[in-house]
Amino acid sequence: MGEPRSLVELTIDGNVVKVPEGSTILDACRREEIDTPTLCWASNLTPVNVCRVCVVEVEGSRVLVPSCSRPVEPGMVVSTDSERVRTSRRMVYELLASSVEMDRADASVHAWMDNYGVRPERMGDREEIATVTQPPKVQDELYVRDYERCILCYKCVQACGDDAQHTYAIATAGRGFDAHISTESDVALPDSACVYCGNCIGVCPTGALVFRTEFDMRADGTWDEDSQEVTTTVCAFCGVGCNLELHVQDNSIVKVTSPADHSVTNGHLCIKGRFGWQHAQS
Amino acid sequence: MPDLRFGTGEPTPLEVAAVDAVVSGVGPATVAVDERLVVGGRGRAAERRNLLLPALHALQDAAGWISPGGLDHVCRVLEVPPAEAYGVATFYHLFSHSEPAVDSTVHVCDDIACRSVGALGLVDDLRSAGHQVRSSPCLGQCERGPAVLVQRTGAVDLSVAAASVAGIGAAIGSSMSSSPVVLPQAGSGSLRLLARVGVVDPASLDDYRAHGGYAAMEAALEIGPDAVIRELTASGLSGRGGAAFPTGVKWRAVADQVGRPRHVVCNADESEPGTFKDRTIMEGDPFAVVEAMTIAGFAVGAEQGWIYVRGEYPEAAAGLAGAADAARAAGLLGSDVAGTGKRFDIEVRRGAGAYICGEETALFNSIEGYRGEPRNKPPFPTTHGLFGEPTAVNNVETLVNVLSIVRDGGAAYAALGTERSPGTRLFCVSGRVVAPGTYEHEFGVTLGDVVAAAGGLVDGSEVRAVLLGGAAGSFVGPDRMDLPLTLEATREAGLSLGSGVVMVFDQNDDIVDTVRRIAEFFRDESCGQCVPCRVGTVRQEEVLVRLGRGGSFHDERDLLDDLGSVMRDASICGLGHTASGAVRSAIDLGLLGGVS
Repeated sequence: MGEPRSLVELTIDGNVVKVPEGSTILDACRREEIDTPTLCWASNLTPVNVCRVCVVEVEGSRVLVPSCSRPVEPGMVVSTDSERVRTSRRMVYELLASSVEMDRADASVHAWMDNYGVRPERMGDREEIATVTQPPKVQDELYVRDYERCILCYKCVQACGDDAQHTYAIATAGRGFDAHISTESDVALPDSACVYCGNCIGVCPTGALVFRTEFDMRADGTWDEDSQEVTTTVCAFCGVGCNLELHVQDNSIVKVTSPADHSVTNGHLCIKGRFGWQHAQS
Repeated sequence: MPDLRFGTGEPTPLEVAAVDAVVSGVGPATVAVDERLVVGGRGRAAERRNLLLPALHALQDAAGWISPGGLDHVCRVLEVPPAEAYGVATFYHLFSHSEPAVDSTVHVCDDIACRSVGALGLVDDLRSAGHQVRSSPCLGQCERGPAVLVQRTGAVDLSVAAASVAGIGAAIGSSMSSSPVVLPQAGSGSLRLLARVGVVDPASLDDYRAHGGYAAMEAALEIGPDAVIRELTASGLSGRGGAAFPTGVKWRAVADQVGRPRHVVCNADESEPGTFKDRTIMEGDPFAVVEAMTIAGFAVGAEQGWIYVRGEYPEAAAGLAGAADAARAAGLLGSDVAGTGKRFDIEVRRGAGAYICGEETALFNSIEGYRGEPRNKPPFPTTHGLFGEPTAVNNVETLVNVLSIVRDGGAAYAALGTERSPGTRLFCVSGRVVAPGTYEHEFGVTLGDVVAAAGGLVDGSEVRAVLLGGAAGSFVGPDRMDLPLTLEATREAGLSLGSGVVMVFDQNDDIVDTVRRIAEFFRDESCGQCVPCRVGTVRQEEVLVRLGRGGSFHDERDLLDDLGSVMRDASICGLGHTASGAVRSAIDLGLLGGVS
C-alpha cells in the first residue's frame, strides 16, 4: 500500500483528470483509458524513453515529451493526439520499419502502425537504404539473437543489468546507426558473461531474442502460435515459487515465460525455470 | 569480488603499466579482509567508474588500440562489467579496436571548411604516401585548414594546421606541437575576452598576473559569493554554447541547492563544425579559464571543477592541465584557495572523439565512465548534474566573460552590446574571407560588419550563402548581410548565433555537397540512443545523396519535412532537434535547387 499520495490535477485532451503524485503521463493516460503506444517501456523495467513512440504534446514545452518517463505536474496541459504527436509517432514507426524487420513484433505494434498509416517504403528502395539486415547469431542450443529484428529498445540490457539479473553480459556498443547490443568484444554468447537466464528473451518486443525451439520451428515452418496452449504452473526446481507459463504446441513445451505482474518473478526467471523443462517431456 | 565475469585476454606489460599509472592509488574496489568480512563493493566500484575513460585513453596512447587483453585488465582493476566497458570504448572515434600496423594515425578533417581548401586531395595524397588515414569531422581549425590530428602511439597527439604531406611527415617525427594561435585582432585595445591571447605567454602564471590575471579573483573574494552572482545577473550574461541561458540564473540555482558536493564543469568539448573560438582561448589564455572556474566554484559553493576538453584538442588540454598545475603550485587551487580556507580543485578530462559529448548531460555521462548518451531533461544539471549532484556547467567563452564582469561590475558589462544582448561575442569567421580567424565584437554588429572586419571577401568572390551558428545553425543568403548579430534579432529571424560560426560560401562552392556533408556529420555523430535521431539522420543524409545524384527534389520534399519534424520534435537532445536546421534553411534559400 505504501504512503498515501496526494493527487495532481492536470488536463489531458481537454479533460481534467486527477492522478496520484509521482505518476507518469503514461500512467495518467492509461487511467483515462487513452490508448498510448509504447515499445521500450515495460511494467517491470525502468523507463529509458529511447523509442519516442509514446511522445505527447505538453503546453509550454518546445518539443514533445516522452509520456513513459515524464512525471505529471499540477496544471499540465497534455495533448495525446495532436497533428505533431501523430506525425512523430508515425515517423518513429516508419523509421524503424524501414530499417528493422518488424514482422514478429506484437500484434498491437502492427495495429498502431495501421492506425497511423505507416508507409516505410517511402524511405527509399530497401536495397539502397541503410538497414540492420544481418544473419542471426545461432551460438548455442538455448536461444538465438536475431538482430535484424532489433529496434534497440535497451530492454534486454536492462533485464540483464540493474533491473533484474545483475549479470551485465550485454550492453550497447558502437554509436549512431551502428549502435548494437553486444557482449564484450562481440564474443560468442557461450564465451561471454551470459548466465542463460533468458530474461532478455522475456522482455524483447520484436522477436529479436527467441528460444532456439521457436527459431528452429519457424525455420521449419512448423511454428503455429494459434495452436499453442499456455499452462500456468509453479517451477519445481527450488522453493522460491516462480510462476511459469508453459507454451505447448503438439504436446511439446516450445517456450517458457513468466507473467510480468507476478509478485515473485516480475516476469523474470533463471536458467532452470526458463530452459530446464526437458525432464517434463521424458 | 563482485559477481562479474571477466574475459581471458592477457594484457601486455606496457598496457598494465599505462593503466596502472592512471588508476594508481585507488586500490581494489572490494577487499576481502578475512573469510567473513569483505569491504567495499559496488558502491565503491561506482565511485571509481569515472576513471574508465582516462584508463581507455591510457591504453590507446600506449598501445595504439584498445586490445581485448588491455580492456579486460581495465575491467578487473575498476570492476566494470566488460560488456559495458566495450560499449564505452566503441562509442568514441579516437579509440581503435584493431591492432595498428603503424605507430601513427592521421585524422584528416574533411568537414565543411576544410573540404573547400583541399582536404579530400590531402587524404588521397597521404594514402599514396603510405600513411594510415582516417577522415574526421571538424577539427576546429577552420581558419587554417586543411587540418589534421596526428594520433601517435607512445607519444602525445599533435594538431597540424594548413597541413601538407611533408608537414605531416615532419610532425609525426617531432616532439613539439604545431602552430601557436594567431589572432587577427591581436593587440587591439577593444578586446576583452581575447585581450591576452597572443600577448601573454600561455604557460606562465607570472605573465598572466602581469597582464591583469587574478584581479577578478581578488575582487570576487572581496565582494563574496552572493555579490558575484548578483553582478553576473546584473550583467545579463547568457551562455555562449548555443542555448543562451542566463548564466546568473544558472549559478544562483546551483548556489541555492542544499545538496553537496557540487560541481563546476567547463564544457570545452567544442565540436560544432566551423567553431574554434574556445580553442583560441584555451591555447592562448588557459589561466583565464582556470581563474574563471575558481570564481565559479567560490560563487556556487563547489569544491571540484572539471574541464572536459575534446580529444581533438591535445594542445588545449595540455595547456589547461599545465595552468591548473601552476595555479595549484601557487596556492590558487587545492585545499586552501588563496588563503581563504576554501577547497577548490580542477581536473582536466579528455574527450575521445564524440560531438555529442558537448551536450551537457552526455558530457556528464562521459566523465562518469558511461556512454556519452544524453539524459532526458528535466531534471536539469543545476539539481541533477555530474554524478547526479548539483552542477554549474558553462562553456569556455561564457566562463571567461565572468572575469571582466566580476572585476568591472555587471553594470559596466551590460553597457556593452545591446540591451537584450549585452557584452561582446566571439565569432569564428571562415570560408571565403581574406583573414579568417576568431574575432571579438560587441553584440549588435551586423553580419556584413563581421565579414568586413575579416578583410572582406577574397578577390572575385560573391557571397552565395553564409552558414550562421554552425552545422546546427542555418544558412542565410547575401540579402542578410545587414542582420544585427544579437540574440533578439536572430531569434526574430528564426535563426541562432549558435556557437558564433560565420562561414562564408561563394559562387564557386558546392553547396549541395556542403549540405550533404552536414547531414553526414549528424549521421556520424548521433549517439544512436533515440529512434528519431538514430534513423532520421541516416534517412536525411540518404535523401541528400539522392539529390546530389540528380534526384527530384519534388519527390523528396515531404519526406525531408517529416524527417525534420520528427527529429526536431521527438529526439531526446539538441543534436536531433537541430539536425535538420541547416538542411531546412538551404531548401528555403533554394540552395538545393528545385522549388523552395
